[in-house]
Amino acid sequence: MDWDWQYSGDILPDLLDGLRYTVIATLAGYVIALVLGLVWTLLRRSPSRVFNQAIRWITEFIRSTPLIPQLYFVFFVLPAWGITIGSLTAGIITLGVHYSTYTAEVYRAGIADVPKGQWEACTALNLPRSRVWLDVVLPQAIRRVIPTLGNYLIAMFKDSPMLLAINVAELLFSAYQVGAKSLQFLEPITMVGLLFVVVSVISSILVRRLERRYATN
Amino acid sequence: MGDVLDGYNQWLDGAWLTFRLTLLGGALALVLALVFGLAGTSRRAWVRGLNRVYVEFFRGNATLVLLFWFFYALPLIGLRFSTMFAAVLALGLNIGAYGAEVVRGSIKAVPRAQYEATVALNFTPYQRMRRVLLPQGFALMLPPFGNLIIELMKGTAIVSLVGLVDLTRVSKNIQGSTGQTVAAFTVVLVLYFVIAQVLQLAVRYAERRVDRMLGRRLPSEPSLGTIAAGAPGTGVSG
Repeated sequence: MDWDWQYSGDILPDLLDGLRYTVIATLAGYVIALVLGLVWTLLRRSPSRVFNQAIRWITEFIRSTPLIPQLYFVFFVLPAWGITIGSLTAGIITLGVHYSTYTAEVYRAGIADVPKGQWEACTALNLPRSRVWLDVVLPQAIRRVIPTLGNYLIAMFKDSPMLLAINVAELLFSAYQVGAKSLQFLEPITMVGLLFVVVSVISSILVRRLERRYATN
Repeated sequence: MGDVLDGYNQWLDGAWLTFRLTLLGGALALVLALVFGLAGTSRRAWVRGLNRVYVEFFRGNATLVLLFWFFYALPLIGLRFSTMFAAVLALGLNIGAYGAEVVRGSIKAVPRAQYEATVALNFTPYQRMRRVLLPQGFALMLPPFGNLIIELMKGTAIVSLVGLVDLTRVSKNIQGSTGQTVAAFTVVLVLYFVIAQVLQLAVRYAERRVDRMLGRRLPSEPSLGTIAAGAPGTGVSG
């Protein structure tokens, strides 16, 4: 069987339609991951040991279980509890919460990387806690972790095809649908694969540029 | 809950498949990581090029897309695999690409003086790698490898989408037959968590042994560098 250029051109609009959902899911999930990740990190610094350990195990649990059963859980269990959500929303929430446990680790390491002298200076200057965090620690910590956080955006983009498990009409799902209609899978799936490689290579070049820009040493 | 646990035979079969996929995929990934990672440290430009092409292609792609490609697309041009083989191939090739970056970065991170000493002592390239660079690099590789094997185990869940009956598929089947949605999906998540914790313990043990061999102490929490290296979107910089 040979590559059918005519067919490839015909299915392109369908694939682009799917790409739209992929991008929406990735970006919306990323926003959740960025915010919730910081929340996890700050919660883990509470004075109560029990509370910290609880947060630690919750994030560990979410991080070390696969995305697809988590998608099933959110998509099928929440309705059983009376909360009805669409598949795209369920996908966004799951993707975001799943990756928030990764970004939490990144923020934690970034905060640990802030030199101790900075904390001591805050104490010496008698700064209130909100100023310590908002004006001294977080600006330095977040600057350090921006490239790593960028890598997680790429990782989320690459995990977004799993949303087809709950029938989100994302890129790979539309490629599969198109292929199933004509029984020609080679072109759509190869095109999706190439698209992923192109996007990943370009974005990793961008991340490398971020790394240079925000290098601290 | 009782109905869900009554299907324990199915759960066990599913867990066994997940375990086998993790093991086989991990073995393939390790071999590929070593071969292409060492290629990345070569002095010849075309060998390094080989490493770049492999890494960028298979790391840049989603595992699920690779799996669909092996499963649906390649049979149409005459390449036919069993589902199991396609799954191991997709997982191994993908994680192997991350692993290759880890191997390359770790070998590069061995202090330059060590390399110079091997040259001064007139080691052959093989001895240099086998006796000096790999043993020291290996200690650096272990923590990111530990992350990767857990990523691989989590990645095996995608095979449920092409009809293999792994843990995820079992949970879906049991949910369908018993109608106990909450219990079925809770059980599967807990099982995956237990597997991940067992893997984690094994990796910790290996790390401690290697570090003792090299006379170093383990940092209690991963630094930013290690996390960046284990990040699914990245490799070790350097």
